This record gives sequence, C-alpha cells and structure tokens, in this order.
Amino acid sequence: MHPFLTALMGGALIGLSASLLLLFNGRIAGISGIAGGLLAHRTRAELSWRITFLLGLVGGGFLVRALWPQALGAPTVPGAAWVVAAGLLVGIGTKLGNGCTSGHGVCGISRGATRSIVATLTFMATGAVTVFLVRHVLGGAP
Amino acid sequence: MSSLLTAGVAGLLFALGLGLGGMTEPARVQAFLDVAGAWDPTLAFVMGGALAVHAPLSWLIRRRRAPVLAPAFPVISQTRVDKRLLSGAALFGAGWGLAGYCPGPALTSLASESGLVVLFVSSMFGGMWLLGWWERSRAAAPEPGGGLTPP
Repeated sequence: MHPFLTALMGGALIGLSASLLLLFNGRIAGISGIAGGLLAHRTRAELSWRITFLLGLVGGGFLVRALWPQALGAPTVPGAAWVVAAGLLVGIGTKLGNGCTSGHGVCGISRGATRSIVATLTFMATGAVTVFLVRHVLGGAP
Repeated sequence: MSSLLTAGVAGLLFALGLGLGGMTEPARVQAFLDVAGAWDPTLAFVMGGALAVHAPLSWLIRRRRAPVLAPAFPVISQTRVDKRLLSGAALFGAGWGLAGYCPGPALTSLASESGLVVLFVSSMFGGMWLLGWWERSRAAAPEPGGGLTPP
C-alpha cells in the first residue's frame, strides 16, 4: 500500500480514538494534557481515566511492535544529553502552550479554534527551523 | 468502570493510529520537518486523516446534550492567542524537531524498551513538573521589596 494511504488510515484511527474519548468520556484527546494531568491532579476521578488511557497507549505500542516491527523507530539523536534537552523542551513547551500535536493539531483544529491553528503553525515552524539548524547548519545527526 | 474501559480502548486505538501513520518513527518526523532537505510529506496525511474523521464527528458529538458516560462536555475557557501560547508552542516545536518525538509517540514508543525513550519521557514529565513548580513558587513569592505596602 502507498505510504500516503497508510498514513491517512493511521490518522483516521487517531481521529476515531479522539471521537470515542469525547463521545463516551467527554474528554479531549490531547496527550500532553492527559499525561501532564497526572502531576497536576490528586482526585481518583481525574487520575483513573488518565492512567487507563495511557496504559492503553503504551499497551497499543506493544501491539504496534508486534504488528509492524519496524514502526517503532529508534531516536536519531547523537546522545543522552540531546534526549534530555528535547524532553525538557517538549514538557515545558506543551504545558506552557496547553497542548501538543494531538490537543492543538487534531482536537483544537477540528473545533476550528484559532488558538490551536496558531499553535500548530508555530510548533511546525520552530520544529522545521530546529531540523534545519541541526541538519544543514551544524551538520548534525537528527 | 465502563468509562475506564472506553478511555483504555481510546488509548489503544490512538497508539495503533500513531504506529500505522509513521508518527513513532523519529526519522520520518524529522524528514517531515526537513523542508530544506529531502522533504517527506507523509505525516501531513496523518493529520489530514485525523481531521477528516474528528472534525465532523466531534461536531456531531457536541450536538448531544452530554457525553455517554460523563455529565458534561468540557468547556473551552481559553480562546485568546497570547504570549504564553506562542512561547509554549515554539519551545515544544524545538524539542519535537530535536528528538523527533511529540508526547503521544514518545509514550507509545516506551514499548520499544529503548533506554533513550525512557529518558525522553522522564525528561518530558520533568519539564512539565518544573514549569508547574516554577509557576507555583512565583505565585507564592512575595512582591519585590518584601511585599510591604507603603504607608
């Protein structure tokens, strides 16, 4: 199958997942918000659904690994310090900007939210600039 | 109980979508962001597929009075584009480009049992915690000058 078609189907599954979570649980499928909520909330009602969603996500990872062994790629960064820096940026940035690729890029844009359209354009732009700097200016690995 | 089941199923489907779509391959993510190099547009189709399904479905779902297993739909309180949103999205994009992981694919990739993925996910939670701690301590800190109001 053409990779564009597979990507389209993968995206459709993500859209279906977000729709199920909204229909049954009344929650937004923003992964950074769901994960970050583990640190911000103390009540059982807020924690339990987040934990089962994230268990489903990691469990789904094992299913992905079984179905398509090459789908879980390895990090391309040259070393651990880069991974820590990138992780910190993603954690701080998604909390500060209230969302990531899923919360803004899928759920927010689906709602037609200007905030999410602006956020998505912004993180795609700085992502592209970062890759440009690392690959074409510094000549690094990513 | 059933709301936990639906949350778990949604998480599982989400991971399958990410894996099938190629979002869990950092090299592909970086090739998507590499507009000046050998640009790989594949991931635009992941977003297109997700929007094509979720935009009409979420519109239909929100016409209901309430979710099936919860009392109400979430109220979106923030609508303004502000400095906080822009700086947050900018920092997130930089980290995304650097490692090729955004939060969902990173958590899904824990299944690869790679030490670097565990390190990324820990740092991500660390960053969220750090920002929360910094904002809490700033909110609790006294005003410059000791917080004394002049007589």
